[in-house]
This record gives sequence, structure tokens and C-alpha cells, in this order.
Amino acid sequence: MSILVIAEHDNTTLKAATLNTLEAATQIGGDIDLLVAGSNCQNVAEMAAKVSGVNKVLLANNSVYEHQLAESVSKLVIDIAANYSHVLAPATTTGKNMLPRVAALLDVAQLSDVVAVKSDDTFVRPIYAGNAIATVISTDSVKVMTIRATGFDPVSADGGSAEIIVLDQVIESEKSRFIGEELAVSDRPELTSASIIVSGGRGMGSGDNFKLLDSLADKLGAAVGASRAAVDAGYVPNDLQVGQTGKTVAPDLYIAVGISGAIQHLAGMKSSKVIVAINKDEEAPIFQVADYGLVADLFDVVPELEKSL
Amino acid sequence: MKILVTAKRVVDYNVKVRVQADNKGVELANVKMSINPFCEIAVEEAVRLKEQGIASDIVVLSIGSKTCQETLRTALALGADRAIQVETDDGIDSLIVAKCIVAIAKEEEPDLIIMGKQAIDSDNNQTGQMVAALLDIPQATFASKITIEKGEAHVIREIDGGLQTLGVTLPAVVTTDLRLNEPRFIKLPNIMKAKKKPLEVKTAEELGVSVVSNINIVSVTPPEERQGGVKVASVAELVEKLKNEAKVIA
Repeated sequence: MSILVIAEHDNTTLKAATLNTLEAATQIGGDIDLLVAGSNCQNVAEMAAKVSGVNKVLLANNSVYEHQLAESVSKLVIDIAANYSHVLAPATTTGKNMLPRVAALLDVAQLSDVVAVKSDDTFVRPIYAGNAIATVISTDSVKVMTIRATGFDPVSADGGSAEIIVLDQVIESEKSRFIGEELAVSDRPELTSASIIVSGGRGMGSGDNFKLLDSLADKLGAAVGASRAAVDAGYVPNDLQVGQTGKTVAPDLYIAVGISGAIQHLAGMKSSKVIVAINKDEEAPIFQVADYGLVADLFDVVPELEKSL
Repeated sequence: MKILVTAKRVVDYNVKVRVQADNKGVELANVKMSINPFCEIAVEEAVRLKEQGIASDIVVLSIGSKTCQETLRTALALGADRAIQVETDDGIDSLIVAKCIVAIAKEEEPDLIIMGKQAIDSDNNQTGQMVAALLDIPQATFASKITIEKGEAHVIREIDGGLQTLGVTLPAVVTTDLRLNEPRFIKLPNIMKAKKKPLEVKTAEELGVSVVSNINIVSVTPPEERQGGVKVASVAELVEKLKNEAKVIA
């Protein structure tokens, strides 16, 4: 068996979700090749070559792949997919956007958001926002899957010495063009790979009050997240949203501040190792999943918590 | 401009789903069913494009058993002009659904296909991308804003880390994210009008689509229940527990 993993990167660095996806590939078993498709991304390929367990790095380094548009990258993957029994990508917005095109062009089904590998053809994935867990068998000739990072520990980013093979296919996206992007700039860790997350809900009352959480997060080296209610209220941008339709996280410590604990939010964070809830409503459902609950006014205790760390 | 919009019938988002005792699926008997929220947003967006004079004809499509005609009537009441049901079993996988949509798209030749980014039952987030790939047309997934300009859709997409804007040449597939719009409340006269709008039924067989799936569900189980823990009385006690009991902070 041989497995193709599609690397998540920003043309500069290899993103952590790639390492979790490689762990899923390791559990399936077989030779693992890692595809880096981008522009001016030699550095990413060099990082990829050092990752433990990678057999070959396939590098498609051309301006046509700069924004990793689904139309071109999917055709590039199809071009090389014939050699593989499994094609995996992280279940990030990039992977989710591109990989179903690969599956369709290969005329196979796709398994989305796989959280556990039972064997080379049997996998586990959540359905109904994690309220049910499905175990599925795929008899497709090529198994195409997105991997949820929180289901797998990352492989080591070093210790490997894979050969870098340069691919010369140049496939343009003629009918899709990149116009622009607005990315949040932050020195804090990424939400999906942070070991501590401080998350705020509607109880924060305003976007300005999120500064309380920013400050606590900086003290803890944590990422900042939010519930859908806080995002819909306009307190914070949508990319901070944790939950069914936002990001799924599983940090060592999740501190939920002023979050009631709607089922859609719990779906995104209940795999966290330790959950702390701070809420003045002692009936809030978040307390039913929290390891440590503190019934108090967040505006009193969050600054106090920051001071006592 | 003609828009094809898709609508899936799913368990209502307010229902707490329960796994069947035999672990073969989730309990669907006597459970409230509704239009998938992302599909509802897709229909709303199509209707708004019509109200702006950009779209002229909205065809809504649902794939599934006869009961999905209810979902089609909801979409017609929201403002779609006519409906097509492709009769299949419920719960078929995304690739087969995509092939049915592609077959209808080839007959209808829409300028724009708007779909929900995912259904809240299977949570696949695949079908729109598959439709685009099989038609060999561009896609813009997870849309939070759509504007049509000179044969191109400009779409703001919700991506990890922020927002991205793409320009896709029509025809194209756009899939909706939550913040694209807020669907309108359906008024009673529109429900009555929807009953009179045309609804055509086809079968997957007529479309030449095979419904054989290579994915078999072995079991469906409830998630591990998380036990609630303890309440602490003060910040000092919380910090002490996190340091010494949970050992998650130094």
C-alpha cells in the first residue's frame, strides 16, 4: 500500500495539521508520500523532507499553485493518484475545498473528518455534529479521506530524510482567480493546534471585552476562540468560531468564559482534555461537560485568574 | 440568469438525535424534519439574486424519497419558481447525489448552482465540490458574500484564518456558509402559492445514475459521554486544581 498525503502550508511553513494527517497515514500503514503544491515553497518542501516517516516529498512549485485553488490542485493530484491506495488531506478549509474534487474525478466516495483508523479500509467519523459516531468500510479502489487533526497525535517534525522529487506538471485554474484575502494576524498559536484555548461567548458583552481574554491568553500562551453567539453578535471575526460549523479543537485545557454551552458549541470542543467553565449562570449546560466550574461574574474572576498565574 | 439550487431534507437542527438501539443508524421515526439550514441559506440567496433582477429563473432540486417533496415546497414558498425531485432511497452517499445533480444540471444548463456547504446529518461537506469537478466548472465554497459581475461571481469565502475573495467564471458552483444571509420567515400566502408551483419527479435510473455505493456503515454509536466535574469556589481553588490535580498549567 502507498499513501499520498497533501500538505497544508502557506508557501512558507508546513502547517501542524499535516503532522496529524501523517499520523493517520502511519496507522493505515505503507509508504507515505507528501505532496507540497504551492509557489516559492521550497522551504516547505525542505521542512516536509525532515518530517518523520515520510518516504518521498513531491514538490509542485509553480505560480499556478500559489493560492492552492481547488480546480488546479485537484487535477494535479489526479495526475499522480494512480499510484496510491489512499489519498489524505487535513480537514482544514483548504483540504475540504479541494479533496472532494479529487474523489469525484477518481469516481470514488470521500470519507470526511476521519477521527480514527480501524484498518486500511475501516474508519471512524462523527456525524450529526458529533452526536453520533459512524464506523464505515470503504471498498473503493482508492480511499480518499480528510483527517480531523484532533483525532490524531502529530508525528515528529524531524528525524526524517525524505528525497524531494520535483513535479513538472503545470495546471492552471483558468476559470477561477484569486482576488484577495484578509487574514487575521496574530502572534498566538493557531486555534486547531493550540494546547490551551481561552474562549468567550455572548456573556463577554462586547468585542472590546475580549481584550480581557486576549490578555489571559497571552499569559498562558493560549489561543483565543469564541462561540457562534459571540461571532454572530459581531464581537470577534468568524475564524475564531469553535463548534459544529466552525473549528473543532481538542486542547489540553479549554477555558470557556461566558459561554452557555449550546450543543453546537460542545460539538467543537468536548474532546478537550480538561474543560474549565466560568459563567454566572449556574444552570448553564457548559457545566455539565466542565471538569472545573466556577460560578462567578467573569469580569471579576478573569482578571483575578490572570494575576494569579 | 438561471439558478439551480439544491435542498436536502434532514433532521431539524433543534432535535437532539439519538442512536438506534441496534446501532444501525439514528432514530428517524417521529422526528421533526426540516430543510437543511445551509440549503435554506442557498435558496434565500437565489431568491435575493432574483429580487435584485440578476436571476430570472430559480429551479430547486432535491434528491431522495417522496418525503423530500415537503422540503421542495418549503423552497418554493421561500421563492423558488419550480422544483425537481430525483427519487432515490434516503441516505445515499455524496458522489451519487452529485451525479444526480450533474445530470439535472446538464438538462437545465443553469448559470449558477448554489448549494449548502454541508448537510447537518452526514456532515460531509463534499457534494458541491463534486458537482463542480464532474461538470469541470469552477467553485467557490463556504461563501459569506456573493456578487455577480460581467459573467463572473465574486465570492468572499470563510477560510481558516480569515476571508478569501475569488472570482469564478460562470457557470460555477457556490456553496453557502452560515453568514451569507438570514433566510426570511415564510408567509402563509406563499405557502399556498407554493402548492401550485410545478414539481417534476424523475428517477436516478431515468438519469442514468447508478445508486450502488462503495461505502458501508458498520455501526453508529453514541459518542463517549463526558462526565461533569466539580464546582470550585474561587479562582485560587481553580488555579490550585489546574496545577496540582489536572496538571495542565505549570
